[in-house]
Amino acid sequence: MQTFFSIAVDAFAYGMVLFVISIGLSVTMGLMRVVNLAHGAFAMIGGYIASYAAQSLGLGYAAAILLAVFGTVAISIPIERLLYRRIYGAPELTQVLMTIGITFCIIGIANYAFGPTLKTIPLPTALQGSADLGFRSIATHRIFAIVCGLVVAGALWYAIEKTAFGVKLRASVDNASMAAALGVRTEIIYAVSFAVAVGLAAFGGVLGAELLPVEPYYALRYMVTFLVVVSVGGAGSIPGALLACLLLGGIDTTGRYLMPEFGEFFFYLAVIAIICIFPRGLAGRVR
Amino acid sequence: MSAVFEVLNLKKAFSGLAVTNDVTLSMATGDRVALIGPNGAGKTTFVNLVTGNLRPDSGDVRLNGETVTKVDAIGRVRRGLVRSFQVTRLFQEMTPAEHVALAILQRDGRAGAMYGNFLSMPDVMDETAALLGTLGLVHLLHRKVSEIAYGQQRLLEIAVALALKPRVLLLDEPAAGVPQSDTGRIEQALAELPADLAVLMIEHDMDLVFRFARRVIVLAAGTIIFDGLPADVTKNAAVREAYLGSYANASHAA
Amino acid sequence: MTEETVAVTARQSRSIGRDLLGIGAIISAAAIGYLLFPDNLALLTRIIAIALLVLSLDLVTGYCGVATLGHAALFGSGAYAAGIISAHYGIADPILMTLAGIVGGAAAGLVCGVIILRAHGLPQLVLSIALIYLFHEFANKASSWTGGSDGLSGISTDPLLGMFEFDLWGQTAYFFGVALLLAVLMLLRVLVRSPFGMLCRGIKEDPLRIIAMGASPKTALIKMYVISGAVAGVGGALNAISTQVVGLDSLSFTLSAESLVMLVLGGGGSLFGALTGTVVFMLFEDYVSAANPFHWLTMVGVLLIAVVLFAPKGLYGTAAGFVACRREKRP
Repeated sequence: MQTFFSIAVDAFAYGMVLFVISIGLSVTMGLMRVVNLAHGAFAMIGGYIASYAAQSLGLGYAAAILLAVFGTVAISIPIERLLYRRIYGAPELTQVLMTIGITFCIIGIANYAFGPTLKTIPLPTALQGSADLGFRSIATHRIFAIVCGLVVAGALWYAIEKTAFGVKLRASVDNASMAAALGVRTEIIYAVSFAVAVGLAAFGGVLGAELLPVEPYYALRYMVTFLVVVSVGGAGSIPGALLACLLLGGIDTTGRYLMPEFGEFFFYLAVIAIICIFPRGLAGRVR
Repeated sequence: MSAVFEVLNLKKAFSGLAVTNDVTLSMATGDRVALIGPNGAGKTTFVNLVTGNLRPDSGDVRLNGETVTKVDAIGRVRRGLVRSFQVTRLFQEMTPAEHVALAILQRDGRAGAMYGNFLSMPDVMDETAALLGTLGLVHLLHRKVSEIAYGQQRLLEIAVALALKPRVLLLDEPAAGVPQSDTGRIEQALAELPADLAVLMIEHDMDLVFRFARRVIVLAAGTIIFDGLPADVTKNAAVREAYLGSYANASHAA
Repeated sequence: MTEETVAVTARQSRSIGRDLLGIGAIISAAAIGYLLFPDNLALLTRIIAIALLVLSLDLVTGYCGVATLGHAALFGSGAYAAGIISAHYGIADPILMTLAGIVGGAAAGLVCGVIILRAHGLPQLVLSIALIYLFHEFANKASSWTGGSDGLSGISTDPLLGMFEFDLWGQTAYFFGVALLLAVLMLLRVLVRSPFGMLCRGIKEDPLRIIAMGASPKTALIKMYVISGAVAGVGGALNAISTQVVGLDSLSFTLSAESLVMLVLGGGGSLFGALTGTVVFMLFEDYVSAANPFHWLTMVGVLLIAVVLFAPKGLYGTAAGFVACRREKRP
C-alpha cells in the first residue's frame, strides 16, 4: 500500500511535468506539421537560465522561472525566424535533420557555457518540506508539480475551447489554407503557438529539474520521451497528451520502483505496443 | 454475354448519410460505359468501393463471377480490375519506360526479381516500346516524367493501366486538366483501347462522354437514376432534374 | 527500333563504365588510405564497418523513403551475433562469423521492419527510436550473453581462409573489410538496378500508385529491411572481428543518428553518396573530436543545418548534379 501510494504520487508528478513540457510540442506538431526534435533543448535552456538566475544572480524561485520562460522564448524567436521557417511543409526527413542539428548545437553551446556538470535550481523553503496528509506525507515539490500541470492543462483547455484565439487555432489545425482564406492570419497563430510552446517547455524544464536533472545531454536524453508522449497521445490533442503522460509516467515510474534492474526496457516495450495498436495515437484522428 | 464486372446492391454511409445507396450495375467485355453525375453524387466513393480502398456496408463486387468484396485493393488489381487516377499519380523521378516496364514486370510476377535490369530484358523492352508507341510517347522513353507535358503524363497514366492487361478498366476523368488542344490525342487513345476490355469512365466532359460511351450511367445522391443509351440521357426527366433542379422540366415542357 | 536499341546499349555501357569507375575509385581510396595511415588501419576498418551500416540505411531511407533513427539495431545485432558465436561457441572462423552477422542483422531487420512499417510519419520515427532503446536495454540486461555494459569480450578469430592471421596492426582486418565492402557494393548495385530496386523507388515516390499496380509496398519494404539488415550485419561482424570486442555503443541511438547524418551528408538514394558521407564524416570526427568532443557535437549540428539549407542532395548528390549539368551543356 505504501509503495503503491509512493508510485502513484511520483508517477502523477512525473506525468504532469512531462505534460507541461510536451504539450507545446504536441500543439505545434498538430498545427505546423513540424517534427521538432529540438523541443527538449528549449526545456533544457529554461533549466539552465533558471539555474543561472538562482545560483549566480541570487534571484528567487518565481523570478527565476519568469526569467527562464521569457529568456527561452527570446532565444527561440531568431531560431524560429531563421531556421524553422525554412522547414515548414518540408519532407519529414529534412525536418528531423534540421531539428537534430539545432539540438546538437544547443548541447554543444550549453556545455561550452556551463560545463558538463549537473545544474541544480534551489527550491524555495516553502517547496522543500513535505506535506502531511495524515496517513502519509508527500514532498511539497511533487504537489507543486502536479498543481502546475493541472493549471496548465486547465488554462490551455480554456484558451483553446473558450477564446477567439482558440477558435482560430483549432481552425488552423484542421485546415490551414481554409482558415487563411477565412481571414485567419495563420502566420501570427503559428508564431504565437510556437512562442507559447517554447515558454511551456522552459517552464516544464524548470519545474521538472528535480525529476529530469539539467545537464548538457538533457536535450538528447529526454527528446525521445517527449516525442513518445506526442505520438502516443496523437499530435495536437490535449486530452490525448494528458492521457499519454499519465500512462507513460505511470509505466516508467512503476518500472523504476519495481524492476530497476530492467531500466527502461518495459517503458519502450509499452511504447512500441501502444503505437502498434494505435498507429495514430490514443486520440489520433483519421486523416 | 456473361458479366465480367458486377456491382450488387452496394451501400455505404458516412455517419448515417448514405453516399452510395443500393447501386447495382453489370458490365460485359467490350463495354464502353460512362459514369456521370453532378458534384457530390458519390462518384469518388463509388470508385473507392469498387477498387477496394473502402469497405462497403453491404452489397457485393464481382469480377469474372468471383465475389471480391472482401479482397483488398491489391488483390483486385491482380484479378484484372485496374484504375487510372484523376490527378496523375506518376513517379516524378522515373521515366515512362520505367513506369511501363514496372507495370509489365509486376503483372508477370517478376517485379520482385532482385537482379537483372529491364533494359536488358528484350521482351519487356519490346512490349514497353510497343505500348508507348501506340500512344505516341516512344520518343520520351527515357525522359524523366517531371520533364514531360501534362497531356503526355495523362497518356502515360493510361499506358501504365494498359500494361497491367486489365479485364476491367476504371478511367477517372482521363482528360482532366489537359488543355483543349491536347485532348484529341487522349480521345484517340481511348478510341483505340483493346476490344477485350470493359471500360468504365468517370467523366464530366459531356462531349467526351458522347464520343466515347455506348452506354451512360447517371449517379445522383448515391443512386443510379439513369442507365441507358447516350442518346436518351438528355431527354430523361430524372437526369434533367438532378442537374438543373426541379423547374428544368417545367421549362422543358413549356 | 534500332535507334532505341542503340540508346539502350549506350545507357547500359555508361552504367557499367560508372561501376568500373566506382570500383576503381574505392580500390584506389583503399590503397591511398593504406599508404597514408599505415599506423591507423583500425580507424580505416572502422570506417568500412560504418560505411556498411550507412549503405544499409541508404537502402531503406534513401531508396525507400522510410525515415528511421534506430538503424544501429541492425548493425549491433550483427556484431553481437558474430561476437557471441565466437566468444560462447568457439566458432572463430571469420567467414562463419560474418555469416552469423548477416543472419543476426537480417533477423533484426525483419523484426524492426515489421514493427516500424506499422506506422507512418512521427509515430514511425518514434517506433524506430523506441526500438533502438529496447535493443540497447535488452543487450544491457542479457549480460551473461552480451557482457552488458562492460562489452562482449573474449572474441577470438582464426586466420582468414586458414592462411592470414589477424595481426596486431590490423592489416588482415583492413583487407578483409575492403573485400567485404567491394562484394557488398557490387551486389547492391545489382539490387538497386533490378526490378525490385525500381519497385522500391516507386514506393518512395507514391505507395498508393504501387498498390494500384497490384504490388504490395509493405511486403517489398519488409524484404528491403531484411536485406538492409544483412548488409548492416556484415558491418557489425566486421567490427566485431577487427576490434575483438562488441560494446553497447553499437546498439545506440547516437550511432543510429550519426549514420543518418552521414547518409544525408553524402546524399541518400545513391550508394556512392552513402560512402562519401561516411568517409568525410568519420575522418572529420577523428580529427575534431580528438580535440574536444563537445565542439564536435556543435560542428555536427552546424554541418547538418548547412546541408539541409544549402546542399539538400548531399555532397555526392550535389557534385553529381553539377557534373551532369556540365555534361548536358556540352554539345
